[in-house]
Amino acid sequence: MNDSLNLDAAFSALADPTRRAILARLAKGEATVMELAAPFEMTQPAISQHLKVLENAGLVVRRLEGTKRPRRIAKGGIEAMDRWLAMLRKALERNYDRLDEVLASMEQLKRGEKR
Amino acid sequence: MSKLTLKTEGDTHVVVTRRFAAPPEVVYHAHTDPKLLQKWLLGPEGWTMPVCINEATPGGKIRYEWTNGKGGGFHLTGEYLELEPYSRIVHVERMHLPNPTPDNHIETRFDADGTGTLMTMRMTLPDAQTRAAMLATGMERGMEASYVRLEGLI
Repeated sequence: MNDSLNLDAAFSALADPTRRAILARLAKGEATVMELAAPFEMTQPAISQHLKVLENAGLVVRRLEGTKRPRRIAKGGIEAMDRWLAMLRKALERNYDRLDEVLASMEQLKRGEKR
Repeated sequence: MSKLTLKTEGDTHVVVTRRFAAPPEVVYHAHTDPKLLQKWLLGPEGWTMPVCINEATPGGKIRYEWTNGKGGGFHLTGEYLELEPYSRIVHVERMHLPNPTPDNHIETRFDADGTGTLMTMRMTLPDAQTRAAMLATGMERGMEASYVRLEGLI
């Protein structure tokens, strides 16, 4: 159950374009709040707020380095989302594979009727 | 040739395409005949659809009930808005988990593609938050996770 709650939070977190951009930036490597704020023309508190959402969703973690707290991508969180999406995609593919079989048998039936 | 594509578009759309070896008329039929839907619209292995109501006429009702045979289950309700045999279907649907999700507005096109069919399903959700929730609860999926990995589409 905890897993699905986390996934809810993760997908909600990704609904925001700024948070997606922050993750894209962090995918390239660790960054501090100041470094993250620079390209966005946003205040550091605003960025911090977005980071908090991403941290709560398990997508970003922070490290303590002196007075700095650089953030990085939480691999586990991203991998959990990937696994989930892969499973869903497989379920959808499975549906259409089954539909392929249904269509093939319908075509066969039609050919049979014409005979 | 049968490969599925799935992508998010803008903030509120999800677009799925898939090719089929049968002509549009047959694919359309398989999407609107309850007996046929019960054979394929099942999701993960082990699930069945014991209840399938599909009134393929404008204003007609849709109701699908799925079960995993172990006490797990959920259902979907919807209404048809437009039907153009055998090329286009417009309907709305919502999942009940058990609370109803916001309406998903879906246009499905069946275009002749050689001797087969190219199906294009375009979903429109009320807002970005709803689309995110839909992706998380498992009805559909988007490109967000791969966006994060900078790999493009899933």
